[in-house]
Amino acid sequence: MKYVDEFRDGAIAKRISAAIANQVRPDRRYNFMEFCGGHTHAISRYGVPDLLPANVRMIHGPGCPVCVLPIGRIDLAIRLALEQGAILCTYADTLRIPASGGLSLMKAKARRGDIRMVYAVTDALKIARDNPDKEVVFFAIGFETTTPPTAVAIRQARAEGLKNFSVLCCHVLTPSAIMNILESPEVRELGTVPLDGFIGPAHVSTVIGSRPYEFFAEEYRKPVVIAGFEPLDVMQAILMLVRQVNEGRATVENEFTRAVTPEGNVKAQNLVSEVFELRRSFEWRGLGEVPYSALKIRAGFAEFDAEQRFHLEYQPVPDNKACECGAILRGVKNPTDCKIFGNVCTPENPMGSCMVSSEGACAAHYTYGRYKDVEATE
Amino acid sequence: MSGQVKKGYVRPLDNKHGRVDMSHGGGGRAMVQLITELFARHLGNEYLAQGNDGACLPPGNGRLVVSTDSHVVSPLFFPGGDIGCLSVHGTVNDVAVMGATPLYLTAGFILEEGFPLADLARIVESMARAANEAGVKLVAGDTKVVEQGKGDGVFITTTGVGFLPEGLHLSGDLARPGDAVLVSGSIGDHGVAIMSRRENLSFDAPILSDTAALNGLTANLLASGAHIKVMRDPTRGGLAATLNEIAHQSGVGIHLEEAAIPVKPEVNAACELLGLDPLNIANEGKLIAICAAGDADKLLTAMRAHPLGREAAIIGKVVEDPNAFVQMKTRFGGRRMVDWLSGEQLPRIC
Ligand code: SF4
Repeated sequence: MKYVDEFRDGAIAKRISAAIANQVRPDRRYNFMEFCGGHTHAISRYGVPDLLPANVRMIHGPGCPVCVLPIGRIDLAIRLALEQGAILCTYADTLRIPASGGLSLMKAKARRGDIRMVYAVTDALKIARDNPDKEVVFFAIGFETTTPPTAVAIRQARAEGLKNFSVLCCHVLTPSAIMNILESPEVRELGTVPLDGFIGPAHVSTVIGSRPYEFFAEEYRKPVVIAGFEPLDVMQAILMLVRQVNEGRATVENEFTRAVTPEGNVKAQNLVSEVFELRRSFEWRGLGEVPYSALKIRAGFAEFDAEQRFHLEYQPVPDNKACECGAILRGVKNPTDCKIFGNVCTPENPMGSCMVSSEGACAAHYTYGRYKDVEATE
Repeated sequence: MSGQVKKGYVRPLDNKHGRVDMSHGGGGRAMVQLITELFARHLGNEYLAQGNDGACLPPGNGRLVVSTDSHVVSPLFFPGGDIGCLSVHGTVNDVAVMGATPLYLTAGFILEEGFPLADLARIVESMARAANEAGVKLVAGDTKVVEQGKGDGVFITTTGVGFLPEGLHLSGDLARPGDAVLVSGSIGDHGVAIMSRRENLSFDAPILSDTAALNGLTANLLASGAHIKVMRDPTRGGLAATLNEIAHQSGVGIHLEEAAIPVKPEVNAACELLGLDPLNIANEGKLIAICAAGDADKLLTAMRAHPLGREAAIIGKVVEDPNAFVQMKTRFGGRRMVDWLSGEQLPRIC
């Protein structure tokens, strides 16, 4: 338990904060993107921006699995529950994502869709065992961290001969999303999103290792520091990025050495590639169709692929017109740039996906940072 | 509930292996038997024994305070308590934090067909013990049975009645800039105890629910002479929800110091695992009090003098803020808002 507090020590935070203030050059700005929703959450929850000099700015990236799910994917899940009569097992944070026709999984549940909240894919397996006469579908979302458990579950289902279990696979890949941002016109040509470096994901990197980021560092001349999800990790990573920028370096550094190695978890990687293969293209909310950015279940495991089992056709659906999630996920806009932020769109009544997950930029700003928009007096 | 039934007219209730069936709610003999042999046996008192459609209570001292609460907690038995004592504590506390002395309770039970009578007996015994300890009497009750699959074992609704002495006025709209905010002990214990049971998390020291009747503590606080303006028990939605309610009612802001808020290390660890924030988690034996800054130390001393307030702390202060934001200086040195939890992460916590 002490482990947690050690990484939240205010005294150490002050020292790192002083070091950052000391090393930033007053004549330039530093714009860093934290890719991961986990970092976005930590930064907001612990008030990290208060400890940074004014010329160091953090830009929220697209690494929030709930936020990047496009409407069409939620629609598929809803259809499984309402039209196919399947038991749909999902993580709690997908329940409120707005979908087509004013629905969400939560509203579909109120319409008597059998939608169950689970904490892990193993819960879904258990539900399948307990309900042999029902189809049970696990709504698999997430980046590389959540993929190995899904692979294990599919293998387990086969080993047990479970005939009523399948997976709606929406697993996405981190490196393709980073690449997409670096290739976006805003970053490349227009320079509207000045990006001086990345804080790389913590848990994802324990699986894929630090090597996949080397390409970005070299090819795009952007420093990457992989950091843990504790606020001190984030502070330390910012300090390391400032140093790289000042020294004109662009390399991959690893702040999270207590868990991340260059190769990552090879066993998990093999497991994943046994069950999954690359999708040619996948729609991301905000980024649009991104080539080779997601996984699908291999033909050898087709019986566990809900898309095939239920002959699901993917239908892209445009976002709510007012919603700026797309631009926010690409780092082009801030939550407060959205006209309906905080008035029409709130966590209770989200209009876009960034307001749903606690890792989403809009939800994080609404829940933790809103006071900055109107300063209080004592 | 009536106790006027001839003894020995039917086999006694099988408290070991019996189960609730539809006849237990049917208004016939089986129902009367359940009431006499199980409910009245444990919860009986002179008012329940009146045996009429309503209980007739003596006049009391001051204004009447009434509060009602339904309990649907799952699991029914959890570390540190069960739905029985919880249904007493929850309602007693709502009356007590008004500044009133809780005296009477009513209870409505919705039982699911098939529920083991042995479990029901444990629950009723636990209610009786809790009511006894809190010094309140169960004066009226009702039982209904629903078909299997239409309930989840037992749901209990309790209503509490108490008297508030003349001249005493506590209300959520009385917080003023400068006032101090106190909490009577560590937060998040109840919700985490339930969640860790549901999620099968095990810790070296099991996390126990803090469920407890607070009327002893509130009586001591009121007797301390400190000018208390607001008292609330932060149940569902936790400290965050309760403080936001007060901020809105009073039209003020509240500034908290994270480092001052007591949270048990194991509760913190479990929250970390479950992705929860202790500030949003339900408590069933804690209260928040707001008083003038000058009285804060006196109130803190009074809290700590009571067994349920040993870990009490001053956790923040009331500030002027037309937006009624609750903000917190994090242990880390930054600042952030403390908002209502949106959503439904913890259903059926109480
Ligand atoms: S505030 Fe709501 S509508 Fe606006 S960008 Fe954020 S999620 Fe979309």
